[in-house]
Amino acid sequence: MADKKKIKLGSPQTGCSSCIPNTFEIPLGPQHPALKEPTHFLLEVEGEIIVNATPRIGYVHRGIEKLAETKTYSANLTLVERVCGICSHIHSISLANAAEAALALEGFEVPLRAQYIRTIVAELERIHSHILWLGVAAHEIGFDTLFMLSWRDRELTMDLLEDISGNRVNYAMNEIGGSRRDMNQSQIDRMLKYMDITEERMERYKDICINENTIRMRTQDVGILLPQKAKELCACGPTARASGVAIDVRYDDPYSAYGEFRDIFNVITYDTNDVFSRVVVRIIETVEACKYIKWMLKNIPDGPIFKKAPRKVPEAQILSRTEAPRGELIHYLWSNNTNKPYRLKITTPTLSNINTVPEMMKGDYLADSTITLASIDPCFSCEDRMITIVNNDRRKPKIETWSESQLRKYSNDWHAKNKRWKK
Amino acid sequence: MVLQKIITWARVKSPWIIHVNTGGCNGCDIEVVDVLTPRYDVERLGILIQGSPRHADVLMVTGPATQQMKDRLKLLHEQTPDPKFVIAIGACACSGGIFRHSYIPCLGIDTVIPVDVYIPGCPPKPEAIIFGVAQLLAKLQGKDSPVITPKKIALKDLKKSIEEGLAK
Repeated sequence: MADKKKIKLGSPQTGCSSCIPNTFEIPLGPQHPALKEPTHFLLEVEGEIIVNATPRIGYVHRGIEKLAETKTYSANLTLVERVCGICSHIHSISLANAAEAALALEGFEVPLRAQYIRTIVAELERIHSHILWLGVAAHEIGFDTLFMLSWRDRELTMDLLEDISGNRVNYAMNEIGGSRRDMNQSQIDRMLKYMDITEERMERYKDICINENTIRMRTQDVGILLPQKAKELCACGPTARASGVAIDVRYDDPYSAYGEFRDIFNVITYDTNDVFSRVVVRIIETVEACKYIKWMLKNIPDGPIFKKAPRKVPEAQILSRTEAPRGELIHYLWSNNTNKPYRLKITTPTLSNINTVPEMMKGDYLADSTITLASIDPCFSCEDRMITIVNNDRRKPKIETWSESQLRKYSNDWHAKNKRWKK
Repeated sequence: MVLQKIITWARVKSPWIIHVNTGGCNGCDIEVVDVLTPRYDVERLGILIQGSPRHADVLMVTGPATQQMKDRLKLLHEQTPDPKFVIAIGACACSGGIFRHSYIPCLGIDTVIPVDVYIPGCPPKPEAIIFGVAQLLAKLQGKDSPVITPKKIALKDLKKSIEEGLAK
């Protein structure tokens, strides 16, 4: 697999080399049929083959981290859910875990039932996210039948989430100190029934993906990321696991209720390092998630779901790690004994995984670029934590990097101009 | 007059849409895609998603129009052939939503391009999106917009129906 790239790259040039440039640049995005979100890739192609790819992010920068400093912790849970609409629950778990870890210094404890409910919703979210991804990937390779079928089955999970939380996308299940909503017996029975159906369907998709030529021919030996490169480029989540790197925060550093069933937990890896491997890893992970949910529903303890937390969070610096559907999610919280965070830093899995995309694309055909990009399950709304300012002259674009003193001056000027800005 | 009637008929029967994300959180986007898949299936109403703005009649815009996406949204709006209609989906697209007070001026898409239909919600349910499209189509035909009249249900019956629904 590794030498395939070498053969492709060494193709000789023919024709008049003086008038025809060797490589062409093809822009991908920010608005593109293959992309559901705005981002930009500059692909350098030599004939049909991609030689180099440069990502450019920052289209979705909304200033969430700064906004978080102006809101209370409880309001911040609502805000961080809006970082990403697909993995919304895991963001709020992350922040709640961070705040509760700071409160634990004063002897605060979260009820176990609340932790179970959080974990069940997080695993349901993983199922819906992975099925969603399967559909999108099938759409990218032109296999629209699978796209429609998988999204139909996803609706079962969406029904369950709506049943528990009342919402389809942003569930608002968490509160600092527990969960907002409880589950009753009829909901648990319904969930067990639906999980059986989902598991059966996913086993069927596993069969389809492994045996169906339509998928194998488009995904095998495409977008190769060797384990060594995956480690070097800080890949995480299913992208790393598909390259044979067994990392999973749920197993390595259990949070919420994951510690309770660590002995039945499996870290799924696969070793063909290509897009096919990522498909298989995600499907098997979905099947596994169904098993964990069923285990948790059978072993959920009785008790309170919420314990009232003090509004002021004691001074601490907390790093909270969780496993989002796309990989490792990090919330860094700096509290200062008030009811608002002093600093909140969010690092999302796509930001780590996006660096692997140029590596995967190099040496592949241009037509495979969209499925390669989709294979990391990109979520650009998660990712855009920074902004680059480019001057307005379109003919001579120049990227400006601002120093801290320049930023401070800009900030002071801006606040002098906009005095009505609500703090 | 007859020609105008034919044009209106053609527009109403097949409104092709293009979906533009101007920096939203993805929540509205998956609901828009959900509308196209088997449970809600708007293709039976002639609605088809297009890849290029040059083939589309309706711009379905989500997200608060961030600083980087403003110019691009304007460009996409210019590329869409006349007559074009814009639907703002979600609280962000309508007014900026939760990001309104951010230091990046995210004030909704109607500060950038004219909007025909607003669909509020964070995110709106697929049913709401279909209802919004139906309102746009009614507007094209020059009819009154469809109104959902709320049904009166006694509280006892509601409890009963919820329990029945859960027992299913």
